[in-house]
Amino acid sequence: MTVTIQFIAARARIHWPQAVFGTFFCAFFSAGALAALPIQKFQLANGAVVHLVESPAIAMLDVQIDFDGGSRRDPPSQVGLANMTAELLEKGVMARSGLPALDENALGEAWADLGAQFDAGAGSDRFSFTLRSLTEPDLLAKAVALAARQIAEPAFPDDVWQRDKQKMIAGIKESDTRPATLARRAYSQAVYGGHPYGHEFTEAGVAAIRTADMRAFYQATVVACRARISLVGAVNRAQAEQVATAMLARLPQTPCANLPALSPVADVMPLAQAVQRTIAFDAAQAQVLMGQPGYKRSDPAFFPLLVGNYILGGGGFVSRLMTEVREKRGLTYGVSSNFSPGMHAGAFTVSLQTRPDQAQQALDVVRQVVKDFVATGPLDAEVKAAKDNLTGGFALLIDSNRKLLGNISNIAWYGLPTTYLDTWTAQIDKVTAQDVKAAMAAKLQPEKMVTIILGAKP
Amino acid sequence: MKPTHRFLLPIFVPVFLSWMASSAGAQAPSTVEQFTLSNGLTVIVKPDRRAPTAAHMLWVRVGSMDEVDGTTGVAHVLEHMLFKGTATIQPGEFSRRVAALGGRDNAFTSRDATGYHQQIPSGKLEDVMRLEADRFANNQWPDDEFKREIEVVKEERRSRTEESPRALMYEAANAMTFTASPYRRPVVGWMSDLDAMTPQDARDFYRRWYVPGNAAVVVAGDVDVAEVKRLAEKYYGPMAARPVPTRKPRDEPEQTGARRLDFKGVASQAYTSMAFKVPKLLPSDFTDDKADNKAGRDPLALTVLAAVLDGYSGARLNRALEQGDNRVADSAGAYNGLTGRGPQLFILDGVPAAGKTAAQVAAALREQVARVAQNGVSEAELNRVKTQWIASETYKLDSVFNQARELGSNWINGMPLDFDKRLIARLRSVTSAEVQAVAAKYFGDDQMNQATLLPQAMDPNRKPRTAATPTTPPSRH
Repeated sequence: MTVTIQFIAARARIHWPQAVFGTFFCAFFSAGALAALPIQKFQLANGAVVHLVESPAIAMLDVQIDFDGGSRRDPPSQVGLANMTAELLEKGVMARSGLPALDENALGEAWADLGAQFDAGAGSDRFSFTLRSLTEPDLLAKAVALAARQIAEPAFPDDVWQRDKQKMIAGIKESDTRPATLARRAYSQAVYGGHPYGHEFTEAGVAAIRTADMRAFYQATVVACRARISLVGAVNRAQAEQVATAMLARLPQTPCANLPALSPVADVMPLAQAVQRTIAFDAAQAQVLMGQPGYKRSDPAFFPLLVGNYILGGGGFVSRLMTEVREKRGLTYGVSSNFSPGMHAGAFTVSLQTRPDQAQQALDVVRQVVKDFVATGPLDAEVKAAKDNLTGGFALLIDSNRKLLGNISNIAWYGLPTTYLDTWTAQIDKVTAQDVKAAMAAKLQPEKMVTIILGAKP
Repeated sequence: MKPTHRFLLPIFVPVFLSWMASSAGAQAPSTVEQFTLSNGLTVIVKPDRRAPTAAHMLWVRVGSMDEVDGTTGVAHVLEHMLFKGTATIQPGEFSRRVAALGGRDNAFTSRDATGYHQQIPSGKLEDVMRLEADRFANNQWPDDEFKREIEVVKEERRSRTEESPRALMYEAANAMTFTASPYRRPVVGWMSDLDAMTPQDARDFYRRWYVPGNAAVVVAGDVDVAEVKRLAEKYYGPMAARPVPTRKPRDEPEQTGARRLDFKGVASQAYTSMAFKVPKLLPSDFTDDKADNKAGRDPLALTVLAAVLDGYSGARLNRALEQGDNRVADSAGAYNGLTGRGPQLFILDGVPAAGKTAAQVAAALREQVARVAQNGVSEAELNRVKTQWIASETYKLDSVFNQARELGSNWINGMPLDFDKRLIARLRSVTSAEVQAVAAKYFGDDQMNQATLLPQAMDPNRKPRTAATPTTPPSRH
């Protein structure tokens, strides 16, 4: 956790890669004839869907398994349940079938001894497991067997949870002293209303979670037939099927047809009117956030919105926001806009930090830029520059196993065709300035956005 | 849209198929080549043909440690100004051009080095080499560009440092830990130095340090060595050779007593960090690879010690400090600075659990080191951390950019091209007795620098600052 060697970059970490990846989730069918990227798709006997890219050059394998159990399914009184369940999943497995129980330390040692990495985590939509292992047969077999135990027989030890809960609450309190946390919380509440996308951990919410809740949540979520499994690495189809099957083998194999359907989660409501909150805070910088609910990843205007946001504030140094706020006026180190589409309409957000006495000026510039962009759309030259970057740089989105895994797990999760990546550049190429203007105008209402200014000079 | 884009997909397809299908299970051979142009510039190339992309980096062996008092932060400010144009490129145009090529670009400054990098489709390598060589040789900009960019840098300092109590504490701790070494200063610079910095300060620094003999170009990815050599000679070759400035040693005098610092900041959790001065690996440690080469054994053993303490979930610190009913810490860590141009530190740090103090955490951390000094470490622990390193050698091949970054960093430190392989080989040879010996040798009071963050409550009634003057760093309370 110590950082003694400072690396400081010329630019703030920009949202460009995320923004582009975001589009990957959303985009759309176009039946490409050429299989540029051979994604193999098949189903296991238990109903789980597998996506595989064989990448034999390095003797390693990456696996991701996703379930519909992200934080959007957290009960309102137990915000953090999905995340805490994932945390505690790494703290022990139960004894079963003659195999002894393993506590958190035995598990940590076992993974280190294999030179492998196994993690559980929860996002807004997904509850996920990831495994990275060498493909040396003995090591891989052991890693898969250990992962299977952790997936099927987590111990959820109560004493460990009592301890980790205290740590978590201490962390929340610490985080609450930071202006960025407070600004983000006010923003999320205003943009999402009561929707779970806007939920943030609180002391009370975390304190209300019991290990019994975790077990019930886990049992309802991690169901073999609902798994979406993605693999990238030095395995062939038969080996991949073996790995995928083995990782789920210790779970009940009940067919999905015999299970109750998961309950639907309500959508994010659009804002009825503008909200502006000015929060007093004493800090070196003011926090400025502006935005509104955006769109779902299944939105048919996904590609025009991707191109549009690249131009507005997603394209790093060359975006309109960066040009106007940083380059021309020196008001901030970094300013960006991004959409965060998922199963629901994740927020469109512009954010920046600036010296307290400049906050209003910076906000005025942001508002003008967004308003102008929504009203008049992009210039043809801007659309061309965006497309040059996005299509020209397509290879950079898939040039490692790690990046490929991210992409095919999105394809798997959102049910996109296996030709999705092959047709991606063509989808970008089709976008016109008029498409961008229409899509941005349909999604963004500058007169009805949320604005949070924390720590500005009055 | 441009009709050429219609061709992109079909052109791309065959390349991609060959990448995915042809490597036939073999580990990609990782040959690295290095050569020097006649003007002194170093070029390092690592072909990796898995995907049709490449990373291009220019490393300059100059960082904040090469600055002098009064103009701290100038290496980093100059890094920003390299994006502001040349005789033929307008301000901001560099990034626009890289973006138009489908690329991403950025740069960074550390204490030891300044780096500029682009990730691009491999067919665009020549374009970025032309652009990068141009700004390395011909960077120029009007004063007006500097006036705005220095404000951006001040915002960066506010974001990274002044908004973070722990970052402010590290800054103060570094200033305490080092006396003569330039490592005592923050990379981003003191605020008053940024306030006082002039365009000429940046230009002078550029003129002095950006010479071919002080730089290396690193290219990794889907490239051909001979072609990279041709391009390097074409674009970087014409720069005139200039002498690399003499560097003053500024050696850190021996520390002869513990130093302690209390730092007050708005926080709810305390935090403490203990930095011990330790030896680092030197290029001369690699002049031979014989089994009985005893050079650089202590730095290696210290790195193994850090891994045994904190290298995996369930390692010693985690187990001893963060678990149990009476646990002392919410988190605890160990880190060893193995390489670098300046003096290195072994750092133990931790956040006290509720009801525990920073002093208790510090004592518990040192107790764990003392146990190793007394009893050594087990074979199982040694093998475990070595297994992780060996596996990580394979995993890191997945990222071409990280490989380029590692090669550049090794060059900055004066290490051999195959440093990583040789390092792993040597780490594998470290024994329990060696780890025990360094645990006993380097963790006394006299070499210790302890900094502690004392949390201060937020005042719920306080008002926002009334005047935020750009010339005075805000006081914290």
